[in-house]
Amino acid sequence: MMAFKPVLLWTDLLLFVLVSAALLMVFHVRRHPPLREAWRKVGQRAAGMASMTVLLAFLAVGLLDSIHFRPVLRPVEGQTRTEAVYSSEVLSVLDALLAPLRLQTEKTYSAPFALRLYQRETVETADGGQARDYPRLVYGGRHLAEGEAVAPDLSSRVGAILWRAGLPILGVMCCITLIVGRRGQGSFPQAALDVLGGRATLAWRAALVSGALIALVVAAAYELAPLYHVLGTDKVGQDVLYLSLKSVRTALIIGTITTLVMLPFAVALGIAAGYLGGLVDDAIQYLYTVLNAIPGVLLIAAAVLMMQVVIDTHPHWFETAAQRSDARLLALCFILGITSWTGLCRLLRGETLKLRELEYVQAARAFGASTPTILRRHILPNVMHIVLIALVMDFSGLVLAEAVLSYVGIGVDPTTISFGTMINMARAELAREPMVWWSLASAFAFMFVLVLAANLFADVVRDAFDPRR
Amino acid sequence: MLAYVLRRLLYAVPILLGVNLLTFLLFFVVNSPDDMARIQIGVKRATPEAIERWKVDRGYDKPMFFNEAERGTAKLTDTLFFDKSLRMFALDFGRADDGRDIASEILERMGPSLAIAVPTFLLSLFASITFALLLVFFRASYLDFWGVVLCVAMMSVSSLFYIIGGQWLVSKLWALVPISGYAGGLDSFRFLVLPVLISVIAGLGSSARWYRTIFLEEISRDYVRTARAKGLSELAVLFRHVLRNALIPVLTGVVVVIPLLFMGSLLVESFFAIPGLGSYTIDAINAQDFGVVRAMVFIGSVLYIVGLILTDLSYTLVDPRVRLA
Repeated sequence: MMAFKPVLLWTDLLLFVLVSAALLMVFHVRRHPPLREAWRKVGQRAAGMASMTVLLAFLAVGLLDSIHFRPVLRPVEGQTRTEAVYSSEVLSVLDALLAPLRLQTEKTYSAPFALRLYQRETVETADGGQARDYPRLVYGGRHLAEGEAVAPDLSSRVGAILWRAGLPILGVMCCITLIVGRRGQGSFPQAALDVLGGRATLAWRAALVSGALIALVVAAAYELAPLYHVLGTDKVGQDVLYLSLKSVRTALIIGTITTLVMLPFAVALGIAAGYLGGLVDDAIQYLYTVLNAIPGVLLIAAAVLMMQVVIDTHPHWFETAAQRSDARLLALCFILGITSWTGLCRLLRGETLKLRELEYVQAARAFGASTPTILRRHILPNVMHIVLIALVMDFSGLVLAEAVLSYVGIGVDPTTISFGTMINMARAELAREPMVWWSLASAFAFMFVLVLAANLFADVVRDAFDPRR
Repeated sequence: MLAYVLRRLLYAVPILLGVNLLTFLLFFVVNSPDDMARIQIGVKRATPEAIERWKVDRGYDKPMFFNEAERGTAKLTDTLFFDKSLRMFALDFGRADDGRDIASEILERMGPSLAIAVPTFLLSLFASITFALLLVFFRASYLDFWGVVLCVAMMSVSSLFYIIGGQWLVSKLWALVPISGYAGGLDSFRFLVLPVLISVIAGLGSSARWYRTIFLEEISRDYVRTARAKGLSELAVLFRHVLRNALIPVLTGVVVVIPLLFMGSLLVESFFAIPGLGSYTIDAINAQDFGVVRAMVFIGSVLYIVGLILTDLSYTLVDPRVRLA
């Protein structure tokens, strides 16, 4: 009898495929000097290294949140079971790690670091009477005695964290500095000075500084999150920090899987149209003109409405609620992919038209190489930089689009935690007095950091790989 | 020129047919009318009679492509595909679920949409080109660097944040303009100024950066060096030479969207409760009014094709070398 039953959702599978593809690409790049040179250019830019560090941190959260399982249900008192019964609730490793955050739910809204609920409630007073007052939170700040203020507790704790976590972080940073510095010439101190002075071969200083900042924030959150609701709670009392971290996975899935699922079509059709020409070209051009002609939002809306009907009429396809919302997330990725692959397809067609007239392709043709061989060996490797640039450039736009689509009601399933659903739920509360601003602010802040990092990274990658620059 | 436009319009017919077929497949074949009826009525109350009545009310009780029961051309015309899809070519969109005629509704809502979209379009074009020219004028300086950083930061902010933040700051905190709503005539200015401002600011980052790249590409050309060599001031070079020559790439991106201005902006209109086509579409999506969504898809693709033709025509205006034949 196992304590849990692993669950592999479709989006998990695709995300892991994507990560292993990225790892394969790393090996591939190491063996090919021109590619290695291009990536070295990415690493030489401070913006590139810093944004890559931030993105890796987000990716780590997303991957932890992509290993799913169903915990075993504890047998009822006095009952013995021979077979394990698993909960219908699908959890992820991140959920397990954040168990205190997930389970410590309040009744309703509370501000960040608040001790009392946002709303007045009827509470019993000491002498047995009733009064309307803001009740104490069940979990937030429960280690504090009645009448004790938050600020001094907070400042002493933060001070302690900076001291306790600061030294190990500094130590790790020093180790990394020595390791990466050693690859150059010269002594250890010289290497360390090079890294810190920004004179190393890659912009390690930027990566180290952003890594240290992230580590400090994580350490502070690790210390404070079980004691307070660091970012407040939402309408049903869930911790906003937990919701924000869970949203990261949805954003990553939308940003990457969308481009990934349509990539084979875009590449195959684009290259075929450009190289073969004639009737094939006409047909493919017709296809993407038709898809392009429909305004993106409307095509997405129409497709999502229809997909919703399909999912609603076939409830028996899905074993758990998580699987159903996962199917909807994946379908959204496909739909977004269908509306966005045309741009990449057109770019690839144009590039292939140029490439097919080049000498080396003509030489291959003269040697009698077959069309598939030419496409695979000579055309495909030479358009891959366009694919890579499109992949990173599309990411930030898709993350932003998810929020808008979920607001319009054609995004992810309302039960899926995402930045869009967070904003959507928090929006109605802005009119309240005092304002409930924390869920909105957290969703926007997380999204801003993720998208900014992605935008900076995309710029650096484009500069490094685009031969026109 | 006329012959060119006519030919392009003829090319548009198969594309529109494709669009129609695609939406038809999406709305009628992926889910049969029975499925839609069941969801709309509610799965629990969906008796066969109720479904049948729902279908008859909306004219969904016909065969898809071919009607065996009729004779002559009616075999093809008395079908769902003809009724719901092909009739749109004659701008006959049928009725919405609330019983109102979609075509007249669209005509009515076009005004407010344009009142938002046209000022937004013109102002943001002006603002982003000015900003981009400023960055190019101070190129390779700290001003340029931080300007680009500002652009990237502005691009990274969700458009929802601009709208919600702007509404909160201007309408709630400063109480300068109403939060949302719309009124006809001159009074509309009060309601329009904030949504227009927010849309301009929201789009500024990405478009200013894009124009900057276009201008920088142009400024490294030989003719610019010649212009400087003959003693023109940098401002004269920028405005008389760079800006005019950069118009072709600028037009490519800009003219396509002009016809789509009719469609309004979904987000802004729905946040500010402006009774335009954008909010009409959002309401239809939320109410699952498939007839309205189909009509908007059709109109959107017609306008897109018009935009493509206008783009080609606009090239002849700015570049005398382009001849359409």
